[in-house]
Amino acid sequence: MTKYKKSTLKSIVVASLLALGVQQSAQAQISDNVVKIGVLTDMSGPYSDFSGKGSITATQMAITDFENKYHPKFKIEMVTADHQDKADITSNKAREWFDREHVDMITDLVSSIAGLSAMKVAKEKNKIVIITGAGSSKITNEGCNDVTVHYVYDTYATGQGTAKAVVKQGGKTWFFLTADYVFGHSLENDATKAIKAAGGQVLGSVSHPFPSRDLSSYLLKAQASGAQIVGLANAGDDTINSIKQAAEFGITPKQHLAALLIFISDVHSVGLKQTQGMYLTTGFYWDRTPESRAFSKRYFEKMHKMPSMNQAGVYSAVMHYLEAVQSTGSDDTKTVMTQMKKTPINDFYAQNGHIREDGRMVYDMYLAQVKKPSESKYPWDYYNILATIPASEAFQPLSESTCPLVKK
Amino acid sequence: MIEIFGVPLMALYSQLMLGLVNGSFYALLSLGLAVIFGMLNIINFAHGALYMIGAFCAWMLLSKFNIGYFEALLITPLILGLIGVIIERLLLKWLYQVDHLYGLLLTFGLALIFEGYFRSQFGVSGETYDIPEILDGPVNLGFMVIPKYRLWVIFLSLIVCVLTWFMVEKTRLGSYLRAATENPKLTQAFGINVPLMVMLTYGFGVALAGFAGVMAAPIYQVSPLMGSHLIIVVFAVVVIGGMGSISGAIISGLGLGIIEGLTKVFYPPLSSTVVFIIMAIVLIFRPAGLFGREK
Repeated sequence: MTKYKKSTLKSIVVASLLALGVQQSAQAQISDNVVKIGVLTDMSGPYSDFSGKGSITATQMAITDFENKYHPKFKIEMVTADHQDKADITSNKAREWFDREHVDMITDLVSSIAGLSAMKVAKEKNKIVIITGAGSSKITNEGCNDVTVHYVYDTYATGQGTAKAVVKQGGKTWFFLTADYVFGHSLENDATKAIKAAGGQVLGSVSHPFPSRDLSSYLLKAQASGAQIVGLANAGDDTINSIKQAAEFGITPKQHLAALLIFISDVHSVGLKQTQGMYLTTGFYWDRTPESRAFSKRYFEKMHKMPSMNQAGVYSAVMHYLEAVQSTGSDDTKTVMTQMKKTPINDFYAQNGHIREDGRMVYDMYLAQVKKPSESKYPWDYYNILATIPASEAFQPLSESTCPLVKK
Repeated sequence: MIEIFGVPLMALYSQLMLGLVNGSFYALLSLGLAVIFGMLNIINFAHGALYMIGAFCAWMLLSKFNIGYFEALLITPLILGLIGVIIERLLLKWLYQVDHLYGLLLTFGLALIFEGYFRSQFGVSGETYDIPEILDGPVNLGFMVIPKYRLWVIFLSLIVCVLTWFMVEKTRLGSYLRAATENPKLTQAFGINVPLMVMLTYGFGVALAGFAGVMAAPIYQVSPLMGSHLIIVVFAVVVIGGMGSISGAIISGLGLGIIEGLTKVFYPPLSSTVVFIIMAIVLIFRPAGLFGREK
C-alpha cells in the first residue's frame, strides 16, 4: 500500500468516525430543546366520556409530575385537537402537527379508524404514536409498524378475557349483538374463539347498524335464541341502550348480559341497578390499589369523575415516553422507541408491563364484576375485582400475530 | 307454526309492535316539524336538540325537584313551549322575509349550541331515567310480551297526534292559522293577530318536541346526542309525508316505523337506510311528498 493510499484510508476512517460522532451527538439531542406531545382525541363524539377532556387532563398531570420529579433540561409542551372519529381529519391534523408544529409524539386516538390513520402518517414522517383509546386488534397485527405503541386494551384482551370467564362461570351458550363495523366484528370474532376454546357454544348473532337508538328488535332475537348469555359486541351508547332495553323487556335477569367492552363511565351513567352482576375485563380500576386510588383522587379533584382505563392509561403512556426521552437525552424516534421497548412498565396503572416487538404493551389485566347497589358503599364503588389475568395470557400471543415485525 | 320468509308469524307481530313504538316517536316529532314548517316556513333543525332538552328537563325535574313522570309530561311541554316562544321572538321573527336557508342555518346553529352545552355539563353518556312504577313491567299480548311502557307510548302519541290534527284542520283556531299561512296580510286585515299566532305555533311545535323527549326518557338513555341521532330520520319522514302536511307526518311517521321494524327482521344492516331509500323513491315520483300539495 502506498503512502498516499494509507493517508487516504486514514482520512476516510477519521471522517467516518467524526461523522458518526456528529450523528450520535445529534441523536443525543432534543430538537429545539422542546418535547411536544399531541393529544388527538374525541372531544365531542360518542367516546368523549372515557377520553376527551379527561385524557388532556391526564396528559397535563403526567407532564407536571414528570417535571417535578426529574427537573428536565428540555421544555415539554402539549397541543390538543378533536379528531371527530374521522380518518381524514385525523391524518390532516397529524400531518400538520408533525410537519409544522414539530410534535414528537401523538397519543390517545380513540376510534380504530383514527388510530389506524394516525399510525400511517407517523410511519411516513418517522414520528411516534401511542394509541390508548382505539381497540381494534388490527393495530398490532396486519396494520402494525415500528413507530406505534398500542398501550391500553384491544378487542382480543377485553373480548377474550370476559368470554373465557363467563364460560367458566357456567355461561355456555351465547348470542351476540354486534355493532356492524370493524370494531364490533373484531370483538365478536375474538370472543367467539375464546368461547369455543373454553367449551362453550355460539347459537347465533345479529349485526345492528352503528349507532342504534332502539335495540329492542335485536334483543328479542337474542331472547328467542334461548342463549344463557347475550354478548354485547358494541360500545358506548349502543351498549348503554342495550343494557337498558334488555332490562325493560325482562331479558335480564333471566338471561345474562356480557359487555365485551365497557368503561366505568358507562357503568356510572347506566347505574348499578341495571348493570349489576355484569362481567368485564379492564386494565385499570381506580379503587384497586393504594397507588391507583392516589392517582384517581388527584384526577377526581380536577375532573369530578373517576378516570376510565383509557384516561389513566394516557397518563402512564406519556410518563413512560417522557422517561425514555429523559434517559436517552434524545427525542429521536428510533432511540426513544428502542428505550421504551427495553424498559419494563410498573406503575400505578400497569403491572408487569412491557412493549412487545409488534407494538403491543402487554400487562396484567383484571376480570371484574359490577357490584350490586347494596354492595356499593361510596361514590364510584362499582367493581369487584375477581381475578388477575396475567400479562402473558391477557393479550394475543405473538405466535398468532400477523404483524410482519414479529420474527417467527 | 306459520312462517313468512322463514320468520315465525309471532315474531313478525312482535317486530310490528316495536316498529309502531318507534313510529310513534317519528310521528310526534315530524308532527312538530310539519306544524312549524306549515305555518312559519321555517325548517326547524333545532327540533332534535329541543327533544333532547325535553328529556333532560324530565330528568332534572325528577332528580332535583322530585317531580315525577306524569307531572313532567305536563310541565316539560310548557317549559319547552316558553323556550320556543323566546327563540321565535328574539331570533326567528327576523327571518320570515328571507330565504328558507337562513332559518335552517339559524336553527342548526342553535342545535349545536344546545347540544354543546349539555355535553359539557353532562358528558355524552348521559343520565338514566327510570320507567314510572305504574307502567313498569311486561304485558302478555298473546303473541308477544311487551313492556307496558311501550304500549303507553303508542297510546299517548296517537292521542296527541289526533288532537293536533283535529285542532289544525277542524277548529276555528286552526282555520285562522291556515289562513295566516296562506295570506298573512289579508288575515291580519280581518283583525287577527298574525305575529301572535305565529309565535304560539312555534311554541306549540317545540312543546311537542319536549313532550316526545319526556316520553323517550325512560326508554332511551337521556343523552345530549339523542336528538341528533334521530333528527335526520325525522326529516326524511317529513319529506316523505309532504312538507307541512299534518296528516302526512302522522301517517308516514307510523308507517315508516313499521317498515323499519320489518327491515330489522329480514335484513338488519338495511334498517338504518331503508327510510332514505323510500324518501328517494318518493321524491322521484312525488316531489311534494305523499300528502303534500305542489305549490
